[in-house]
Amino acid sequence: MVAWRAAFAVPLLVTVTIVMFALAQASPFDPVRQYLGERALVTSPEVVESIRQNWGLDRPVLEQYATWFGNLVSGELGESRSLHRPVSEIIGERLGWTLLATGSALVLMFAGSLVVGTLAAWRRGSWVDRVITGGAFANEAAPVFWLGLLAIWVFAVQLGWLPAGGLTDAASTTIDPADVAAHLVLPVAVLAISQSSWLVLYVRESVIGVLREDFVIGARARGLRERTVIVRHALRSALLPFLTLLGARMPELVTGAILVETIFSWPGVAAASVQAALAVDFPLLAALTLLGTAAVLAGNLLADIAYTVADPRVRTLGVG
Amino acid sequence: MPVRFAAGTLVLLALAVLLVPPVVQLDQSLVDLRAAGQPPSLSHPLGTDEVGRDVLIRSIYGLRVSFLVGLVAALVSMVIGGLMGLAAGTLGGLPDRLLMRVVDGFNALPHLLFGIFIVALFAPSATAVVISVGVTHWTTAARIVRSEVLSLRSRPFVEAAISGGSTRMRVVRRHLLPHLFPHLTLATVLMMPHAIWHETALSFLGLGLPPHLASLGNMINDGQRSLLTGDWWSSLMPGLFILVPTLAVSVLAQHWRDRRSPRWRSELEL
Repeated sequence: MVAWRAAFAVPLLVTVTIVMFALAQASPFDPVRQYLGERALVTSPEVVESIRQNWGLDRPVLEQYATWFGNLVSGELGESRSLHRPVSEIIGERLGWTLLATGSALVLMFAGSLVVGTLAAWRRGSWVDRVITGGAFANEAAPVFWLGLLAIWVFAVQLGWLPAGGLTDAASTTIDPADVAAHLVLPVAVLAISQSSWLVLYVRESVIGVLREDFVIGARARGLRERTVIVRHALRSALLPFLTLLGARMPELVTGAILVETIFSWPGVAAASVQAALAVDFPLLAALTLLGTAAVLAGNLLADIAYTVADPRVRTLGVG
Repeated sequence: MPVRFAAGTLVLLALAVLLVPPVVQLDQSLVDLRAAGQPPSLSHPLGTDEVGRDVLIRSIYGLRVSFLVGLVAALVSMVIGGLMGLAAGTLGGLPDRLLMRVVDGFNALPHLLFGIFIVALFAPSATAVVISVGVTHWTTAARIVRSEVLSLRSRPFVEAAISGGSTRMRVVRRHLLPHLFPHLTLATVLMMPHAIWHETALSFLGLGLPPHLASLGNMINDGQRSLLTGDWWSSLMPGLFILVPTLAVSVLAQHWRDRRSPRWRSELEL
């Protein structure tokens, strides 16, 4: 299954490049016009034509695509038209911050949902369960950008506990870990909470289902402590299918990262994709879209590998 | 009880969207700086924004725009998905396998990122938003239609029609489509909140509807500037017009699902 996934990823990424290129060709967007800006009105057609020739835009479409694709494969991502710097440099600078934020959010989401979901399942039907389930439904319905603004309003404006956005204080010139950590709290918490509804509900359902199984009843009958029964018996077997689901939710994580980074002015790659889109910066936007897709595929692959490691049945039987 | 409440809320919002705009005309570009930044009060129940526009009226207009864009986007994705699912289900074999791989591929894409890509290239507008949502969200409909077609294909009345010499087109039109229609309608309704979410998210990022237009995403985007100065109502209030209907639809969907599969319900009761 893992090999199949990996084999699926390459043609998919190639298809994504084809689709992006086709869309760019079909769109009314003209890179030369953009490059010239207001000067386009006074530039003579001969000059425009020479720029086109210079950039290879007069070549057949297939040849243009082949050149672009070749450059992508060899790591030549081009130059950002809005920031006037190599795309690879921008990504290299920002990727770490995105990984830090989304990685922390994933850990928080995972741990938090397990605790909250199990709690709801264990105390099923009680007011704790009702509050948790209701909260999860409301949270699922709340747009992440609204949640982010709510968090800024409560924790930055009203209480003044945490900074409202950015990576460091505006006044500071160096990157101080404590300062970054303070700026990290709100974006990470909002991203984790916004992604956690389905997980809480899933863990709850799954644990409820497992609690009815014979081996749980058996464990209880043997007089094991309730905590041991829940954590060692129920939770463990309820968790397995969840790894695959985590992989399937990767696109949502990318979506959440885009919005959260934008709201909190976090200097990551996801926020850069919005800036690139607003400036119609094709080289940067195309590279970031491709990166987002690759991240989703990598996430799926990792989830599958984790599943194989966690469940010996998959490994030996090769099913899944 | 929550089901009735959800249904009531949806009806109320639908009435507001239908009845308020004809009665209270909104000049989209009118500003009233004397009334700027007022907190919720009797004359402005949800306050006014930084240029003095009433948040409640604009939210209702915004909900109307979001509703229309969401509906069209959901319909577009249903039509694409319906055709794909129908093709996969009726043709079977290699076309079916290929189409399902395409569905897998689309599901692996980060939808908002592709939406942003499409909207950026085709200049932000309602049409671009509809296209970007429709093109990335047809896979659910395709899956539903395909599995439904597969189960219908082995039913006696379809087999009878085929052995009676009906053409493929006739089987699809007379026997399959009438059965698929309720499923597609339900899928469209369930798709709507998500489509609205996409519209508001794109507008919020400045990549959706034109900025002067009263749309929920635009309003939240405008309001976030004044959030730091203590004006919470002009950004957070419009958000409730996304949150509440979405929640109501999901409560109704949950209720409907529980009723449709009593076995699962009784298992849960155990």
